[in-house]
Amino acid sequence: MAVITVERKPLTFLERTYLPQIAGGLKTTLKHLVAPKKTLEYPEQRPAIPTGYRGVPTLVMDPNGREKCVSCQLCEFVCPPKAIRITPGEIPADQPDRAHVEKGPKAFDIDMLRCIYCGLCQEVCPEEAIFLQNQFSMSGYSREEMVNHKDRLYELGGTLPDAHFKWDKKKAAEEHGNAH
Amino acid sequence: MFDFYFEIPLVIRLFLQGLAVIMVIFPIAGACSMAERKVAAWIQDRPGPNRAVVPWVAWIPFLGTFLQRLGIFHVMADGGKMLFKEDSLPGHVNKFYFVLAPIVAMIPALTTVVVVPFGAYLDAAGKIIPIGLAPLDIGILAVFAVSSLGVYSMILAGWASNSKYPFLGSVRASAQLISYELSMALSVLPIFLWVNAPGMEATMGFGRVVEFQSQPGFFGGMWFGFLMPLSAFIFLVALFAETNRQPFDTVESESDLVGSFHTEYGAFKWGLFFVAEYSHMIVGSGVFMLLFGGGWNPLPWVPLADLVGWLTQITPLASHPLFVGVLSISIFLGKVLAMIFFFMWVRWTLPRFRYDQVMKIGWQRLLPLSIANLLFYAIAIAFIQK
Repeated sequence: MAVITVERKPLTFLERTYLPQIAGGLKTTLKHLVAPKKTLEYPEQRPAIPTGYRGVPTLVMDPNGREKCVSCQLCEFVCPPKAIRITPGEIPADQPDRAHVEKGPKAFDIDMLRCIYCGLCQEVCPEEAIFLQNQFSMSGYSREEMVNHKDRLYELGGTLPDAHFKWDKKKAAEEHGNAH
Repeated sequence: MFDFYFEIPLVIRLFLQGLAVIMVIFPIAGACSMAERKVAAWIQDRPGPNRAVVPWVAWIPFLGTFLQRLGIFHVMADGGKMLFKEDSLPGHVNKFYFVLAPIVAMIPALTTVVVVPFGAYLDAAGKIIPIGLAPLDIGILAVFAVSSLGVYSMILAGWASNSKYPFLGSVRASAQLISYELSMALSVLPIFLWVNAPGMEATMGFGRVVEFQSQPGFFGGMWFGFLMPLSAFIFLVALFAETNRQPFDTVESESDLVGSFHTEYGAFKWGLFFVAEYSHMIVGSGVFMLLFGGGWNPLPWVPLADLVGWLTQITPLASHPLFVGVLSISIFLGKVLAMIFFFMWVRWTLPRFRYDQVMKIGWQRLLPLSIANLLFYAIAIAFIQK
């Protein structure tokens, strides 16, 4: 290994007076004084959220307005901090538009005091029903308020475009008489 | 028109004048703390405090928003907070001196302004008469004597706090003040050698200094800042050190001394230290402007009398003493505020010197420089004014 000796030059007279450096510094700060501001005034201005951002986990509906979640509970099992609690339920018979949906959650709670925003629930979901979307701030006055229940989760999630239309395909297949 | 004013007994009149000056200095000192935050923010590419607003001001279409964005109301919010928060008195302090210290800080800060003239008017004969609370002949001596008393408040505060960081801070403050007081005084001597020309009545007042900077001719109209740049520079550096501003901020260096002498203070007592510091800065900037920046003369080679002469050609009202007084005071105040801005600009640019560097600069650089400067000008003035 070759050792490179860096020459340390003694300070020149001007440098020892500090003055050129002070003048240079003042020039730099003056430039910043008149430059446009770089900060965002938060509650009024919001930052642009990059794609793939992991915000508050939400449940989404399919374009027909049906819940996509079939309460398979994979997310509940995978959730590292055990923030998700699902009570599975049956699809009521009096809802013809959901006739071909296999199952649905009776209750779906995500405790946001436990959630670590890891996104494993989104990754594991076979139905593409749970998504970590853009909302990044979450606040409440009590522990109860910080638990997102099913209706709140759907309200946050809204409807996302769907590439598969699983239930429509299932219905069409059944009408053709070749279920599965 | 204003005869009734001169029929009031002198004591009451002087009291009113003093009150008027304090009513100007105190709010400016308060607003300076706001301006400091604003300048800091702008230099760091932030908008700075801009939220607080009084509702009925917010209803004014453009002005209201502008004032809100400027952060004017944060001054009130800050002041209100400091007035109403708990005024704690720690159990381990020497209570009498602990309470005394902020009061002692305010007294010299507001006293020095007495001898500083801040404007001028033209009398019937066209002669410039300075406006000031007490235009004494000992002007600069009084400023030096009284302003250095400010360090007593720091020593008192540091000692009465009975804890080690405040004590170290106050020791630093006193050492720093002694180191720079000397070069400061030596740097202004050439000016007073020059203005006390042979055959003239001797004075240490500021009136004559400004008069000398408003003479006709190339050298007559030149401000002393151009005529004696080294004096101005030494005075400025010493002023930064005396007011404990960056880069001579070792007294308050929060990284090694927590908060220095005001560590144990809170609420309004703490606030008083800062009002005192800003008052010192205002008076110091005023003295600098009087000595080196032409006082109330608007521009170099353009004395106040000339400006008034031009304005009189537009309207004869301009030669009214009241108008001239207000004009000169605003010119002077504008210069002082520009100087304050420079203080802040420097503060948010430079890191602080190490304490040994402060001592080295003071004793080994500035003091010999100011002595050499004094010798040079003494010899030069002796030859010129033979």
